[in-house]
Amino acid sequence: MGDKLLEIDNLTVHYEVNNVVVEAVTGLSLDIDNGETIGLVGETGAGKTTTALAVLGLIPDPPGRVVGGEIRFEGQNLLGKSSRQMRSIRGSAISMVFQDPMTSLNPVIPVGDQIMEVILLHEKMSKAQAAVKAQQMLELVGIPANRYPEYPHQFSGGMKQRVMIACALACNPRLLIADEPTTALDVTIQAQVLELMGNLKREFDTAMLLITHDLGVVADICEKVAVMYAGTIVERGTVRNVYRFPRHPYTRGLFKSLPHLDVDTDRLTPIPGSMPDPSNLPPGCPFFPRCTFHTAECEAGRPGLVEVSPGHVVACFNIPEAPVEL
Amino acid sequence: MGTVGKAPLDTQQATAGRARRRARKQSMVAEVWRKLKKNTWAVGSLIILCLLLILATFAPWLTPYDYRVQDYDSVLLPPGKGHIFGTDNFGRDIFSRVVYGSRYTVLIGFGCVTIAAFLGVVFGLISAYFPKLDNIIMRSMDLIIGMPTMSLLMLLIAVMGISITNLVIALCVTTIPGFARVTRAQALTIKHQEFIEAAVAMGASDARILLKHILPNSWAPIIVQYTLGAGQVVLSAASLSFIGMGIQAPTPEWGLMVSQGRVYLRSHWHMAIIPGLAIVLLTFVLNYLGDGLRDALDPRLNK
Amino acid sequence: MATYVFRRLMSMLMVLAATTMFIFTLMYFVDGDPALMLLGENATVESVEALRKELGLDDPFFVRLGRYMAGLARGDMGISYRSKRPVFDELMARYPTTLKITLGSTALGLIVGVSAGVYSAIRQYSLFDRIFTTISLFGASAPSFWIAMILVLLFAVRLGWLPATGSYGIEYWILPIFTMGLQTSASILRMTRSSMLEVIRQDYIRTARAKGQTEYKVIINHGLRNALIPILTMAGIKMCSFLGGSVLIETVFALPGLGKYILDSVTFHDYPVVQGGVLWICINAIVITFAIDMLYGFLDPRIRTMYEAKKA
Repeated sequence: MGDKLLEIDNLTVHYEVNNVVVEAVTGLSLDIDNGETIGLVGETGAGKTTTALAVLGLIPDPPGRVVGGEIRFEGQNLLGKSSRQMRSIRGSAISMVFQDPMTSLNPVIPVGDQIMEVILLHEKMSKAQAAVKAQQMLELVGIPANRYPEYPHQFSGGMKQRVMIACALACNPRLLIADEPTTALDVTIQAQVLELMGNLKREFDTAMLLITHDLGVVADICEKVAVMYAGTIVERGTVRNVYRFPRHPYTRGLFKSLPHLDVDTDRLTPIPGSMPDPSNLPPGCPFFPRCTFHTAECEAGRPGLVEVSPGHVVACFNIPEAPVEL
Repeated sequence: MGTVGKAPLDTQQATAGRARRRARKQSMVAEVWRKLKKNTWAVGSLIILCLLLILATFAPWLTPYDYRVQDYDSVLLPPGKGHIFGTDNFGRDIFSRVVYGSRYTVLIGFGCVTIAAFLGVVFGLISAYFPKLDNIIMRSMDLIIGMPTMSLLMLLIAVMGISITNLVIALCVTTIPGFARVTRAQALTIKHQEFIEAAVAMGASDARILLKHILPNSWAPIIVQYTLGAGQVVLSAASLSFIGMGIQAPTPEWGLMVSQGRVYLRSHWHMAIIPGLAIVLLTFVLNYLGDGLRDALDPRLNK
Repeated sequence: MATYVFRRLMSMLMVLAATTMFIFTLMYFVDGDPALMLLGENATVESVEALRKELGLDDPFFVRLGRYMAGLARGDMGISYRSKRPVFDELMARYPTTLKITLGSTALGLIVGVSAGVYSAIRQYSLFDRIFTTISLFGASAPSFWIAMILVLLFAVRLGWLPATGSYGIEYWILPIFTMGLQTSASILRMTRSSMLEVIRQDYIRTARAKGQTEYKVIINHGLRNALIPILTMAGIKMCSFLGGSVLIETVFALPGLGKYILDSVTFHDYPVVQGGVLWICINAIVITFAIDMLYGFLDPRIRTMYEAKKA
């Protein structure tokens, strides 16, 4: 198996706004192996982006603070590193692609120069050499190199996202974090960008943490999946296991609410209720109010992760015994 | 089915609609007031402004001395016993003159802004609603805005002659374009919203649409412009009086008092500096309030 | 890019023409008898008549307007009633003084205002921020002549470091430029702060940090670079505003500048000078505005594209 590339261990992140504490992430644990692709799924507000930002040390402080836990990258705790050390990691060892390509690129700098910027920050080469490499990266993501001097507003959303991917992969990172990279794009473009990411990931042998709320996307390119709810992971395993045998009540609710292509449905079955307010989390399991399987135990304390089969863990006190195949 | 059956229903709906709108407007004003209250300095500014208005209104009863009386035994006294702000070169009590002078500043300042606001808003609305007039109106406004304010003021006064009326006219001319621009921008935004289309479809006249739909939704930037514009007018009026093109002696206008005190700056600084302080205070308060209002009214800051 | 420049240039010329017409028209109604003013009260009726014919003073309004504008193109703004010398020469004699203060104070204002503004923005709500925001509102609200007098009191009277009036050497310029520089930096600080606050909330700032860029470069190269346009607009406005209001500073510091000259000319009814002087100030303001417009195109590629697209 070897050393894990990234180990998030019991991470807790709080935001303090107007004297109210928002528990964005609570006791989150997640591992990623070299070259592995993990999907981090959850609704908006579940804490996925916060987790991603925490890895790169980009949580705005104030108002955010990492309150507990460790994030070990290649064995070293990132949370203990200095700003300078983190800066050398960002963009080179670990990269990130953000959600909204329309606003994530600097509008007054040519796209080529923006790629060149990350190259010059981490690799010892002259400006001319870096420019050449930037042009190569452009070609790699499917943009003609002669568009190097053009500005972001001259590109479509999908192409802007490709530029972002080029920036992220330019220094050959070992881990790529993609925060909802296709959410802001048209469905047809989504497929293209995902395919591009899949290909590049294989070519560079980069591990990827793909954050999304789209279960279909995860099925497409991820090997493992972790389901997040209200700041914590409720189920984790290979895509195959979790998708065929979802065990956590929330995961099961998610899959049950998906319409089937070959089944005629009059009404969808959403999970009743809504996600709890992260500034006012009840003690105990966060899913408890909406759960049909809950018992008194669930109200009292948070369940730990229980292994239901090799590599497949669930955070629940009352995991349904018989696996339900979907 | 005659019209008899229809009439009561219409009235019911119309009354309910009006009541809803009134409630919404009241809650909007309450919302803005609540946000503004959080800003302590803005509230403080409002209080100071009110105090100033009281001062200006009741000046004759609040001044210890008659501001005109010249007392040659008490010439150029520094601030102290009997004269809080000291006396000027004619022995007149500066405190009384500053208090009485607030009348002129308030009258001219707020008078000009109010007139300019009225005319500017009218121009702005017409400009936004009638595209044929838009070009000529806005080009004229741009022309005035393009000229540096003091230069235009000096030119106008030079042409019209020095008098209080001309001062007011000149100040209005330089203040109107600001309101016209702001109103026009806001009205254009509103004009393209669907409820205006609906009103037109229902056969509302242009005047009705302008007055009942566009104008009520345009208040926010106009109020901000009013407050900030008042500050600018106060400064401009004081500046003109300072160079002798505004209010003339012996009227106790603050800018004029600073100018008169300049000669005595080295030895008796209080004569020039104190009236200037009054100008600064008023303008500061108006600017702070304007900023505070702008922030409170900004829809983007509704987090 | 060329299209953009051309269109702005045309626009500038139109504004110039309109302003000239406006000023000329206003002065037309007040200027009683130029011939009499030029020759003096003791002139004979015949000589006045002759001069009227020579100057074409009985021609219709538009002819006189056209003649004036044609003269402008040659640099001829008429003759001063007081000194009998060309208006343009008289203006040029005083212009450098006003220009020096304008440029000096704008430069000082930018340096101080932008630095303090950026720092204020990145340390929002800190003590520095609160103090400087209040001070700069104070500075932006105070009349320039009053600030000038306070500084004169402090540096010239109490401390005796600098001379108060006159213009005989470089030390005489320090106080005027410092006064206006302080006032300009107040407005620029406020604009810089608000512009920077908006910019550093943008996503591309987070992207730059995610690349591992140093905080300094993130703030300056990514942040300030995008915040510059409103800041430079404010600087341009302040420059134009000072050109018009220079009379105030020139009065306090007894500097022989353009503003004071125009004021004196008003007092002495030297109308050609008033007309030419105000016009010259407006020309400067229009050119400055045009230059700032050009700067926009240079700074923001989106504006360039927008103007090029409009043509097509």
